[in-house]
Amino acid sequence: MSAKVKEYPGQEVKSEDIKQGKVLTVHDRPNAKYMWSAGIAMSRFLNELKNGRIIATTCNKCERTMVPPRVFCEQCFKPTDGWTYVKDTGTINTYSVSFIAGDASRLKEPIIVVVVDIDGASPGMGILHTMKEIDWKKVKFGMKVKAVWKPEKERTGAITDIKYFKPV
Amino acid sequence: MTEVAIVGIGCTGFRPITPDLSYKELMFEAATRAYQDAGNINPRKDVDAFVTCAEDYWEGHSIFDEFVPDQIGAALRHLFTVPSDGLIGLATAYMLIKTGEFNTVVVEAHSKISDVTTFTGIVNFGLDPIFNRPLGGHPYYMAGLEMTRFLRESGNTREQCAQVVVKNRKNALSNSYAAHGANIAKEQVLESEPYFDPLNRLDISQPCDGGIVIVLASETAAKKLTDRPVWIRGIGWISDTSWPESREWGRAVYAELAADMAYKTAGIRNPQKEINFAEIDDSFSYKELQHLEALKLCRQGEAGKLTEEGETEIDGSLPVNASGGLLGMGYAIEASGLHRALETALQLRGEAGEHQIPNVKAGVAQSWRGVPTATGAVAVLSVEVK
Amino acid sequence: MFGKKRVAVVGAGLTLFRRYMKETGREMCYEASKMALDQAGLELKDIESVAYGSAPDAFDGMHMKGENMTDASGAWRKPFSRVYVGGGTGVFTADAGWWHVASGQFDTCLVVAEEKMSPCCPHPAQAFTTIFDPIMDRPHGTTLIWIFALEMHRYMHVHGIKKEQIALVSVKNKRNALDHPCAQLGAKITVDDVLNSEIMCWPVQRLDISPTSDGAAAVVLASEDVAKKITDNPVWIDGVGWCIDSTYWTNRDLYYPDYVECAARMAYKMAGIKNPPKEIDVAEPYDPFDYKELHHMEGLLLCRKGEAPKLTAEGVTQRDGNLPINPSGGLLGVGNPIAAAGLMKVCEIFWQLRGEAGKRQVPGDPRTGVAQAWGDLMQYGSVIVMRR
Repeated sequence: MSAKVKEYPGQEVKSEDIKQGKVLTVHDRPNAKYMWSAGIAMSRFLNELKNGRIIATTCNKCERTMVPPRVFCEQCFKPTDGWTYVKDTGTINTYSVSFIAGDASRLKEPIIVVVVDIDGASPGMGILHTMKEIDWKKVKFGMKVKAVWKPEKERTGAITDIKYFKPV
Repeated sequence: MTEVAIVGIGCTGFRPITPDLSYKELMFEAATRAYQDAGNINPRKDVDAFVTCAEDYWEGHSIFDEFVPDQIGAALRHLFTVPSDGLIGLATAYMLIKTGEFNTVVVEAHSKISDVTTFTGIVNFGLDPIFNRPLGGHPYYMAGLEMTRFLRESGNTREQCAQVVVKNRKNALSNSYAAHGANIAKEQVLESEPYFDPLNRLDISQPCDGGIVIVLASETAAKKLTDRPVWIRGIGWISDTSWPESREWGRAVYAELAADMAYKTAGIRNPQKEINFAEIDDSFSYKELQHLEALKLCRQGEAGKLTEEGETEIDGSLPVNASGGLLGMGYAIEASGLHRALETALQLRGEAGEHQIPNVKAGVAQSWRGVPTATGAVAVLSVEVK
Repeated sequence: MFGKKRVAVVGAGLTLFRRYMKETGREMCYEASKMALDQAGLELKDIESVAYGSAPDAFDGMHMKGENMTDASGAWRKPFSRVYVGGGTGVFTADAGWWHVASGQFDTCLVVAEEKMSPCCPHPAQAFTTIFDPIMDRPHGTTLIWIFALEMHRYMHVHGIKKEQIALVSVKNKRNALDHPCAQLGAKITVDDVLNSEIMCWPVQRLDISPTSDGAAAVVLASEDVAKKITDNPVWIDGVGWCIDSTYWTNRDLYYPDYVECAARMAYKMAGIKNPPKEIDVAEPYDPFDYKELHHMEGLLLCRKGEAPKLTAEGVTQRDGNLPINPSGGLLGVGNPIAAAGLMKVCEIFWQLRGEAGKRQVPGDPRTGVAQAWGDLMQYGSVIVMRR
């Protein structure tokens, strides 16, 4: 704030004031629902997850194998050249451990969040997932992990067809 | 100070739904076409800035800016999002080039409105939450209110509005990009179900999906990239009051003032003589008449008569929406304004195919951001640089 | 700098930053804009264009939120445009104002950044779940803190940085904020306070992060001729830069913000800066989390990769150090109404370069300052270089 200014605008209110109705509020809820077309690349990716496999696309020019798959190579700006299966194992690129749920309440069991660089894809091609079957204090960078899949009849074609990754 | 030209155009065409493609894939196609058209530029090297136009709630993602760079070649490049109409995105790119620091700038806008299952809910969500939303009802009643006032003040008639629908949907049959071409009779429009009186169902444009990418360049760069530059001679954009209660409902003030801005820069003193054709917003039938008058392309109260007499047909004295407009092409949310510019440019390049207007030198593209806004832009495009 | 007009900041305004403000978003826009105009000695009729910035519409519960704010930002029947690059918006809005004037289209531009996060119930953090990819990220229940913790942890791992080193930033900034009249969270805390605070998502703890806030900021920009008539002390915008990285953030190594370096290089090139640590006197990098200040110092090329914690420990980044960083108190101390927070940093550089920052004033007559913001999915860098 400029030292020349003595008064600065703004009136604070407290959350108790709002809860107790001392501050006039208007409530509304959006009616906003979407059904996104997955498109060519992700439709195939999701269908393959249902089959218990992870699929990637390849670009011959920069020689990358990319997951999540895409129909365009964003580095070369050209269509990707083909599809290839990659493994459902990988290494931990980075991880964090959440003690807070989405609504800001505390979790009894922490969630271990990981970025797993997938084996068979180019280096650093990670996906976001969670990890289980390990004490969070024992997780390490570079640790080898493997996907634990839902049983076939429970898979719907979603990233959660992989339940979590576990240490190898 | 440099002049600015459109040097590349890419459009996927518009369809009512696109279930086979994701929005990323639509954008990739439009971008690929545009860069090829612009002398085969490489977005990874040759583009100095990228402008995308998108609103979170149309897309269903917050901070939609996150999701745009890769498919238009802008990963780790100088891109940003303008949540506004595509024509305002064009104005932004225009300003960037005018600073002298940027030579080639890309503008992108798309519609994937078919991904939205609660379209009315989203439009409603744009209303002021304290004063307007609690009234309930479908927000397009605002267009009905405006139409009543406009017809009363201007003297244009309900039937003349219906004629706009007939013309534009027929024009769209000659436009391979259009989603809603049809042969409709005036009586059908007048007899279609009343929706927001006096608007009937057929007076209202239908949504569509599609993507557009336009490449702009400075004068020096343009000369290297294309032998058919379309010069942006002037561009203006205005926001009238955000309070619907305070508006002058009969007039499209935002279009009047934006046109003044654009005409001034373009050196246009007599729009009726100097502008050969127009691509303007007709999201609701009456809007074409209201905007025509606001752009001073005809005298006040005359737009309806001109339409009735066929002067705004492709072979008339002032072709309006030869592309089919929004009524014929489809309502493509933020891409609608960019589509106005695209069609104007195609006409000036002589590339409009079946709906080409002969001998055109200068045209006007105009957009409106739709209910409940009073924001719009106007661009004057020409084959002549000055 | 050929062919463009020089642009100056001639006035700045700021509201309080608080968790809940009584004012609506519109009212905050008006308050900040009015203050900026008054400070510049101008009236609304002197403003020819408006550049507005605000981050997710989801907080306010409004689609096309920018359209609701036009009048309140002084844009009645004027050209108004909104820019939106996530957290990078605040500084980027000033960049947008720059091109309005530098293009020669307008002689003046009012730049307004506003954020009202409090309307989102039950907690604004939930609005953030909608920023994630619906196929790859959202189904896990991903939250913002999860992914920033991933980035923080990667940064710590690659350079071998410890939490104690990072906590020093939180301590410094909250203390700096005690001298900022608008600050929400100015406080005297210690490194131990940070290390003992509640673990949110390891390695992120409660005192590592900035709060949710409401607030607005505004600056008035003018072309050279006009600026010189308004004030004897214009602050020139000599460089602007912005850059976005790939959406596929899980395919990137998060230890270093390439996008900040890319934006910084763009701005430094325009400003003719060849040796940033020597030529820049004061910097306001974006600090929603304490580690981000370090991350961004490196991205801004103010020090080598991995060196930022050392500079912090040595006191170089204190107000009286060789390279003062976030003398305002940053987001950690002043608050984080996303877009307004970024523009608050631009206001701070403005006041610092004019010697008007009062108790926060950095000594030694600073002449060149840099403000930077960060946004999207660890993707966006926006930079502005200002000079007196």
